[in-house]
Amino acid sequence: MDKVHLGDIIKSLDSDIEIKEGKQFTEINIPASNLYTLAKQLRENHETSFDFLICITGVDYGQDLGVVYHLRSIRHNHTIVLKTRISDRENPQLDSVADIWRTAEFHEREIFDLLGIKFTNHPDLRRFFLKRSYGFPLRKDFVDDINIVTK
Amino acid sequence: MEETIKEIVDENQEYVINMGPQHPSTHGVLRLVVSLKGETVKNVEPHIGYVHRGIEKMCESITYPQIIHLTDRMDYLSAHINNEAVCLNVEKALEVDIPDRIKVIRTIMSELTRIQSHQLFWATFGMDLGGLTCFFYGLRDREKVLDIFEETCGSRMIVSYNCPGGLMYDIHPNFQKRVKDFINYFRKILPEYDQLLTGNVIFQERTRGIGRLSLEDAISYGVTGPAARASGFSCDVRKHEPYSAYDRVKFNEVLFNEGDTFHRYLARIEEMRESMNIIDQLIDNIPEGPFAVKMKPVIKLPEGEYYQRVETARGELGVYIISDGNKNPYRIKFRSPCFSNLSVLNLISKDFKIADLVAIGGSLDLVIPEIDR
Repeated sequence: MDKVHLGDIIKSLDSDIEIKEGKQFTEINIPASNLYTLAKQLRENHETSFDFLICITGVDYGQDLGVVYHLRSIRHNHTIVLKTRISDRENPQLDSVADIWRTAEFHEREIFDLLGIKFTNHPDLRRFFLKRSYGFPLRKDFVDDINIVTK
Repeated sequence: MEETIKEIVDENQEYVINMGPQHPSTHGVLRLVVSLKGETVKNVEPHIGYVHRGIEKMCESITYPQIIHLTDRMDYLSAHINNEAVCLNVEKALEVDIPDRIKVIRTIMSELTRIQSHQLFWATFGMDLGGLTCFFYGLRDREKVLDIFEETCGSRMIVSYNCPGGLMYDIHPNFQKRVKDFINYFRKILPEYDQLLTGNVIFQERTRGIGRLSLEDAISYGVTGPAARASGFSCDVRKHEPYSAYDRVKFNEVLFNEGDTFHRYLARIEEMRESMNIIDQLIDNIPEGPFAVKMKPVIKLPEGEYYQRVETARGELGVYIISDGNKNPYRIKFRSPCFSNLSVLNLISKDFKIADLVAIGGSLDLVIPEIDR
């Protein structure tokens, strides 16, 4: 399936999305509130059938926090990138996709640990690597005078 | 008195034991909190983070050539392939053409890395299941690969042989001869591995039908590498998205349908054979040319996002770089294969005995520094 046709199909699933042709993959920007429903459709629709979640990346864009999903379809062998942004830095929340792709459970726990994004409906959201009192080190405004040496 | 004993050994009572972080069969500092009913495993909860160094955070303040040396420390058994992933991503972003000589040498080194990683897997897996001989035989043969690395790269395990634009140094004049000697030697030795462990009745009893992973679960849990190919999930990046010189060699993707511990083991043994075939095809025709392309002294990636995946000895490693045009990445993410493979441990070890948990954990071939990063 070519990229343009794939873009059309995804566009028909949700009207709030914004599709951009990246250098490598088709990139889809979606508001955080629509993420879960679109993810479920992408997985279940026979023409898209994105059944393999490669990874989830949490990014601090400065103003917003972002979450990037790399998805692949084993049957059709195509890949897309799903992006969403959360503007609330104090109490960032996003729907969990752990019941759609089980691998998301660990990846979301990692993002919660390092960026502090809370995933609602996650089965077991606890810190993974760091102790409870530690801050969120992958945020750009994280300061640790003792352990991080700045030049 | 009798009543208290009855209370302690009550069969319906679940109790929790702690396995690790210093347990020898977890191959590193992985702590498993295991809920047991009698000897049957009811729940496994991995606790990680004992070797968390914050590599992704560190990478945000160092340059791309420096990042390569940190990737060695993630999966120290496939260090060369980790280096290659970052290099390929940087070269793709800068649109550098890589000469054939570099591609071929990288591929040979990757396959040698894969062989030595699987040799160590075979050695430790045998030891986990009580066959101590395997440990000595496996490490004896692995030394021969490490000696080749030492001669060409200067170090044995964490080689740092790649750099953006090529290789650190040219291959040693003895390289081709020593690799051919090793392949001839290992072709004769590999059947001994089968005689010693694969065909062993006790070994088969302990691994066949244990920890079965279905194809649907493998895809849903994001399992990759030999562990997933044993379940019939065709996920070899070398086949699906060839990088370096994999598009010019012929090899088979090792696939099984059973998905149990024994076939995860067998997939790695077969992969060693395929790796030797790949090296055979390349070792005699390493093209002439430079071993590195001249790059700018300060490497700055253009603004944008880059994703590169490679096949390490454990599965699919993805490197995702977000660049803002500076000499260090804005955000770098390593999609490590062991992190996803670990998540399936609870599912496949449920309702097996605690001794099987050691076999199942061993067959996933986890390297903990890669999970923690």
